[in-house]
Amino acid sequence: MHPATTAHTASLWSRFWSHGSARVFFPVLLLLYLSALLAPFLAPYGEADQLLSKAYHPPALPVWKNGQLQVPRLVLTNKATREFRLDTQNPWAPVSLFAKGSPYQWLGFIPCDRHLFTTSPTERLYLLGADSYGRCVFSRLLYGSQVSLSIGLIGIAITTVLGMLLGGIAGYFGGWTDSLLMRVTEVLMSIPGLYLILALRAVFSKDLDSANIYLVMIVILSFIGWSGTARVIRGMALSLRERDFISASRALGQNPLIIITRHIWPNVFSYVIVSATLSVPGYILGEASLSFLGLGIQDPQSSWGLMLAQAQSIRVLVSFWWMLLPGLLISLSVMSFNFVGDALRDAVDPKLRLAR
Amino acid sequence: MSALPLLQVRDLCVHFPVRSGLLGRSVDTIRAVDGISFDIPRGTTVGLVGESGSGKTTTGRAILKLVPATSGSITFEGRDITTATPSAMRPLRRRMQIIFQDPFNSLNPRLPIFNIIGEALEIHFPELAKKDRRHRVAELLSKVGLKPEHMDRYPHEFSGGQRQRIGIARALAVQPEFIVCDEPVSALDVSVQAQIVNLLQDLQEEFGLTYLFIAHDLAVVEHISDHVLVMHSGTIVEAGTPEKIYGQPEHEYTRNLLASVPTLA
Repeated sequence: MHPATTAHTASLWSRFWSHGSARVFFPVLLLLYLSALLAPFLAPYGEADQLLSKAYHPPALPVWKNGQLQVPRLVLTNKATREFRLDTQNPWAPVSLFAKGSPYQWLGFIPCDRHLFTTSPTERLYLLGADSYGRCVFSRLLYGSQVSLSIGLIGIAITTVLGMLLGGIAGYFGGWTDSLLMRVTEVLMSIPGLYLILALRAVFSKDLDSANIYLVMIVILSFIGWSGTARVIRGMALSLRERDFISASRALGQNPLIIITRHIWPNVFSYVIVSATLSVPGYILGEASLSFLGLGIQDPQSSWGLMLAQAQSIRVLVSFWWMLLPGLLISLSVMSFNFVGDALRDAVDPKLRLAR
Repeated sequence: MSALPLLQVRDLCVHFPVRSGLLGRSVDTIRAVDGISFDIPRGTTVGLVGESGSGKTTTGRAILKLVPATSGSITFEGRDITTATPSAMRPLRRRMQIIFQDPFNSLNPRLPIFNIIGEALEIHFPELAKKDRRHRVAELLSKVGLKPEHMDRYPHEFSGGQRQRIGIARALAVQPEFIVCDEPVSALDVSVQAQIVNLLQDLQEEFGLTYLFIAHDLAVVEHISDHVLVMHSGTIVEAGTPEKIYGQPEHEYTRNLLASVPTLA
């Protein structure tokens, strides 16, 4: 790359990084995605590993004792209120680091059974408590983040490409192509989002396995999401096509699709990056709502929305606060994307910042 | 003069509809070009002058089919191109090119110079390998007075005059016979204007180019043209040799145009 471009990129990065919220929330996002990537390794147990006798076990922290990491062993005292107390006969269970535990396939195809930390299968280390089946909430949050966080990135990739292509075509060609495409986006935008999601979900069978539901959700959310990007790109293409460098390309007899990809796309790219970042939360929330309503990811697979669905009753809310943690993570990731998007917008276009 | 002029324009009209209302009905038309005719003989320069909004630029763009002609005909080497399809136009686009007025608008800010000039080669000389293309771009850059190592830089690193040279190199890349120069010097400093005009004249001599030279600067047109057309409100009000137009202007508008040139005296 030429020095000038590198300098440009560098100043973009430094403008981004000088933004206070970027410094806080960009690392948060990195951390969230890194842990999603390493979820099966970081999680002490599999997402479906249940231990009914320890349902609603409260969070317990391991301590360093007698030269090794140990976790207090609790026993159930009251079945109705799910009260636990320390097992006085045998109060400590060992926690082993880098140990073999429940087997998993990393990235879906690398077989592996090492975990950062775990216990023997009969013991449990519930860092963030257990749910109604005695499954480790910490592990399920990690597994759930794979679904909840990836759906945003995949969805945004699809809608951005679709929006850039259709918006570019509408803006560049104008005329009836433009009218047709814009009427379609208006129809999509005029139906309230949640109803449209539910109506589209109804098109597909209710009883799908989680992998298929994952695809269905991406299709639905992308189908709804492209219209906003397309409209803005169309407006930018309309103004760009009057610029002389587009005329020059036309005078050379360039293929219109190449004009769109080579001359229009690079000039709208900074906008697209910012708008994509700011729209990721929509996908995370869309997935969460579908799963929360039972139309998304199904048990025993996990996603943040599905986990939150278990925290609907007052009793759970009052007694087992850790069941609300998925909601906290949803908020955190949505907020992080918004702040990082804001910082990115200010970095890309300092003029906008002054105008605020 | 040899038999057939390179370019013949007959009764060319370019009208733009003014649309309004919900259904976008056309309520009025702007007659940007309203029935003009002229010939451009091979190897000559025809100057087209007129005030802003007189339809000069639209004329140039209509010849290259960048805006659709409403009626009339444009004939290139005896072939009517008025209704040619984009694919039929393609081989002709190699032979007719355009240089734009605003050098800040005519180069894609996101592409390095090699890609900007190389695009022309990619389309019309697809047999060239990348190495040969770089070689050819280097050659073109030295032809217009720039350094070959400039090809990996971006447009924002160049001055207006240098950018105009890049625009000229892009037009030259396809080895055209005819170039529409759409006010190529009006956006430049006076000292740079002279350099660009001289460059255009040198290139004309070297490659036997034919120019349609559009400008509102009368002095530049007088200097470069073999034949001058004066345009006003979409029509040609006067045509003739520069000596005649500048010496004994017949039309009222031409006289006004000449009188409006500021002098130091």
